[in-house]
Amino acid sequence: MTNTTNEVDNAPRNSVTTRRQVLTFAGEVGGVAAMYRAMTALGFAAESSYSGPINLQDAPKGSSVLILGAGIAGLVAAYELRRAGYEVTVLEYNRRAGGRAWTIRGGDEYAELGGFGQTCEFDEGLYFNPGPWRIPFHHHAILDYAKRFGVALEPFIQVNYNAYVHGRNAFGGKPQRYRHVQADYQGHVAELLAKAANGHQLDAELSREDRDKLLESLRSWGALDRQFRYATNTNSSDRRGYAVDPGGGLMPDAVPSEPLDRNELLRSRLWRSIAAGAEYEFQSTIFQPVGGMDQIAMAVYRQVKDLVRFNARVTKIDQSDTAVTVTYADAGDVSAQPRLATADWCICTIPLSILSQIEVTAGQPMRDAIHAVPYAAAFKAGLQFKRKFWEQDEHIYGGISYSDLPINRISYPSTGYGQPGKGVVVGSYVFGPNAFEFSAMTPQERLREVLRQGAQIHPQYPDEFENGISVGWHRVPWTNGCYGLWSDQARNAHYKNLCQIDGRLALAGEHASYLPAWQEGAVLSALDVVQRLHARIKSGH
Amino acid sequence: MRSIHLRLATALACTAICLAATALSSALAGDMVPPEMSNGPRFIESDGAALYRATCQGCHMPHGEGAKGAGMYPALAGNPQVATGAYVADVVLHGRNGMPGFGYPMSDDQVAAVVNYVRTNFGNHASDPLSAADVAKMR
Repeated sequence: MTNTTNEVDNAPRNSVTTRRQVLTFAGEVGGVAAMYRAMTALGFAAESSYSGPINLQDAPKGSSVLILGAGIAGLVAAYELRRAGYEVTVLEYNRRAGGRAWTIRGGDEYAELGGFGQTCEFDEGLYFNPGPWRIPFHHHAILDYAKRFGVALEPFIQVNYNAYVHGRNAFGGKPQRYRHVQADYQGHVAELLAKAANGHQLDAELSREDRDKLLESLRSWGALDRQFRYATNTNSSDRRGYAVDPGGGLMPDAVPSEPLDRNELLRSRLWRSIAAGAEYEFQSTIFQPVGGMDQIAMAVYRQVKDLVRFNARVTKIDQSDTAVTVTYADAGDVSAQPRLATADWCICTIPLSILSQIEVTAGQPMRDAIHAVPYAAAFKAGLQFKRKFWEQDEHIYGGISYSDLPINRISYPSTGYGQPGKGVVVGSYVFGPNAFEFSAMTPQERLREVLRQGAQIHPQYPDEFENGISVGWHRVPWTNGCYGLWSDQARNAHYKNLCQIDGRLALAGEHASYLPAWQEGAVLSALDVVQRLHARIKSGH
Repeated sequence: MRSIHLRLATALACTAICLAATALSSALAGDMVPPEMSNGPRFIESDGAALYRATCQGCHMPHGEGAKGAGMYPALAGNPQVATGAYVADVVLHGRNGMPGFGYPMSDDQVAAVVNYVRTNFGNHASDPLSAADVAKMR
């Protein structure tokens, strides 16, 4: 678990006590075992429980299920329940399916709350995923839907050794290559530890034989020389690269490069940015769908297309002993007459940030749970540049540069390498206070600030920028926030009550999972709930 | 019909983009004071107006008018509940429904400043400001 403030991918910094703060604290005071126990208690290190496609069968003839929301959870639930033989209807607020599994392309219009409109001006084939943008190899369920419906995947480059890590006060504000920071941090730490071992300072911990093994491993791990030094030589340059790379023929001889100064590197805090790729959630292999993250949701949507009614704003969810009745209205028309949809059962995937404002007939425990989960702030911006200067000038092919500037990071496209023409980068992706600050700006102010900051890492920005689009998730009209921000206290008190079937109503979505913000959480939640609901219906209770 | 709309939209968008590009290049040339932004997990702003802009404004909007979509953000302008300082401070500290609490990323002084700002702007006229000490007792 990284103790970082600038790589916080799915654990936000703005809750009272975030999961990651708890884990960091546990790791600091109790070591790995304590941290693992804490992680298990918080549900964070749990294995994905997906064990292959479910196969529900023999729904009672004529029984019906109304599904609210056509995001990935609602779509999966609709697909599986119809296969089982239920009569399924899906109501969706937007005029498209996918929910937060959303890809913005040229020509798309996006009006956020407050009336701020943006039109995406990207060139054909370029896109931006404002929500989820990568899928870890162990997110078996969402990957299985991609496979079953033929959605092509490609590697998402999480760690790029040639991208940058940047700190305003680190090395005079000059961006450093990830490779240099990573190799030098590891090398210097290995050298220090080898000194301690050779100086007999670890004799209380290690037998003589174990000490020798440790020294041998440090030489290998840290690229130390025969004297256990991390120095300017081929050992270190084989990790961090050369000042003059090896060539051919009569080209100049290779020249080793000089490592960064150890103490300056420690003080720089740039080491905060090199652990992200080692985390389970971000380890290789990590994927993206070819052409945009909405492709998986779209593939499921194609299976259930005829069931989905768009433009439906749900205003009330009522249930009796015999049926569920949902009131909804035309989303774009405040004076529209309310309409009713009824079914035997209802699966609601509406985000709790919205659902908590809708009248719901349910027991007190479920209603309390619906009101117990705040939603995280997140901000992302997509920027189109006239040329791929990151590839052409800086040899950065995909991956992420990290910064302690409010933009937090810049991510380069993990596709189309070397192709001529324009490119779209993610110019910022940030949680916490900076996400609130960016969300509060107008779209134009955001772009101005994202560009001003990004130019400190890539001076090409002002000349090459063409257009951009940004999403501050608290201004998204259909989520009022990014994802359910469970504290462990709230989870202990309310999570099970949120997931229990209440009469004829059950909830699903990333908020009803231990994988907040991830599509995998939404899919697992949907699969779990349709199986439980089907079992209940079959058992006649 | 659709193509006419598209063409119109494209024309408007081009105008908007040209304007945006001009403004952006002048901003990048350095003739704009960059906004104050936080550095790390806590808010850096200290006065009420700046804190409102940094935090509340994203949802409750620049003039406290709130917003409506699939759900809503309540207006703070002319909202009778804003008269009760302790209520506003409680919501800011601990959140409410989907709204996150700001008890961790804001100090007592910051919470008091932003609560007092909301209660004396947007047509609200509270005359009983909260102090940081009042906020501390509510944590």
